[in-house]
Amino acid sequence: MKKLGKIYITLVILFLYVPIFVLIVFSFNESKSTTFTGFTLEWYEKLFRNDIIISSLINTVLIAVAASIISTVLGTFAAIGINSMRKVPKAIVMNVTNMPIINPEIVTGVSLMLLFVFFAARMNLEFGFWTLLIAHITFNVPYVILNVMPKLRQMDPNLFEAAQDLGCSPVTAFRKVILPEIMPGVVSGFLMAFTYSLDDFVISYFTCGATSQTLPITIYSMVRRKVSPEINALSTILFVVVVIVLIVKNIIENRRYRNTASGKADY
Amino acid sequence: MKKLRVFAFPYLIWMVVFIVVPLLMVAYFAFTDSSGAFTLDNVADAGQYTNIFVRSIWLAVIATVVCLIIAYPLAFLLSRMKKHHQGTMLMIVMLPMWMNFLLRTRAWVTLLGNTGVINSILGVFGLDSVKMLNTEGAVVLGMVYNYLPYMILPLYSVMVKIDKSVLEAASDLGCNSVKTLFKVVVPLSLPGIMSGITMVFVPAISTFIISRMLGGGSNLLIGDLIEMQFLGNAYNPHLGAAISLVLMVIILLIMTIMNQFDPDDQVLM
Repeated sequence: MKKLGKIYITLVILFLYVPIFVLIVFSFNESKSTTFTGFTLEWYEKLFRNDIIISSLINTVLIAVAASIISTVLGTFAAIGINSMRKVPKAIVMNVTNMPIINPEIVTGVSLMLLFVFFAARMNLEFGFWTLLIAHITFNVPYVILNVMPKLRQMDPNLFEAAQDLGCSPVTAFRKVILPEIMPGVVSGFLMAFTYSLDDFVISYFTCGATSQTLPITIYSMVRRKVSPEINALSTILFVVVVIVLIVKNIIENRRYRNTASGKADY
Repeated sequence: MKKLRVFAFPYLIWMVVFIVVPLLMVAYFAFTDSSGAFTLDNVADAGQYTNIFVRSIWLAVIATVVCLIIAYPLAFLLSRMKKHHQGTMLMIVMLPMWMNFLLRTRAWVTLLGNTGVINSILGVFGLDSVKMLNTEGAVVLGMVYNYLPYMILPLYSVMVKIDKSVLEAASDLGCNSVKTLFKVVVPLSLPGIMSGITMVFVPAISTFIISRMLGGGSNLLIGDLIEMQFLGNAYNPHLGAAISLVLMVIILLIMTIMNQFDPDDQVLM
């Protein structure tokens, strides 16, 4: 029975990884066909000389950084405000906040596109960096709120008042009492927003216009052309980056875990 | 605490302008023609595409069921592993998710094509090549491949909480393993099953990339239809809005049905 389980897990993992490894192998293939003829680094060279990819990569990072910072600030304050609302308005706001998460991405993308088209016709606004940024903030904020909310609920609501009774100004009370309590939620909300922003295709596709491209959109236009081995090279690089990031993250977490474990032993 | 309410104001304005108003605009466009007059023609026109709606629902349902069948035993096996192995295994399972999903889907084009890897391997054994790309099966495969982790994660997170002693108690009280599965594990993991189903079904029914890349031109889904009305040759935002509205209604209906089975009302999250 145990052996059967191991075989099953191995099969599923193979299913998940075979396509990725095929891409990696073909990124070093000399010919454009799907038979392996010889080793080459040509596609990597071409990739790094591709200005569109480099500029859309910069664009993607810029938007992800800006959108995740703005949505973290907006979402954290929103969560604090919503948490202190009365029951009915709170339920209404939370239901609306959940909309972009529950709705299919294509509906969110299309609805924002309609709004931007409406403004573009009246206010000389152009599709591009700004529409992308607004769209990304809009789908990111709900994730920040959902990460911060549970931390606020765990917090004793009297702490904020107590701090003020003991002579803190509201700002100091916020900085010294609320913020440290909810920080883990803020950080995980920020990270979630950042990765969603980096990876988003569908909503960006409907809101980017012709001038401002993000990497997923550039990838889409490359993928549409049937044969482009540069895509394989790009996949390989992205895969390696992801693996490195996750391994580093794991090492840091393990170390932190061990530190807190030994800290507890001392205690 | 009341003073803290003002902190939500900037977001409330943002929420109204960029979540509520755009959705109202979808509804407005769906029920008006290009001159702005009220009409039901768009919704009626959306009815012409019933076959596409049926195909989308059908393929999304198959993909969701296949995901559940593959993910359920896997999540259970993962949840019974030693604690420090679980983290590593979970990371291995989730890692492909971090790759851009267009690239992941594109990988299957290389594998399934008529001169692709699988057919080349068949050729080595003297077998005829099989048409796999541009079929409904390829679309379902693409959905399963892309959304499988969405099923594994919620299942795993409820199964981890099922205590080993509960399973032991069931077998001590005379349950065989099949009975333990259906009387203990399945009921306890129901919230995970429900959220896994929604997390796979919603993106699967609304995708337009997977059907375009793996389904060729002949396997259009609702997503393709919407995209064509907004960014394609068939530019007609009124019809596109009507189709989007129908899509939202379908999803809402299915989620309401799912909610009937869920004791904790946690389906949405």
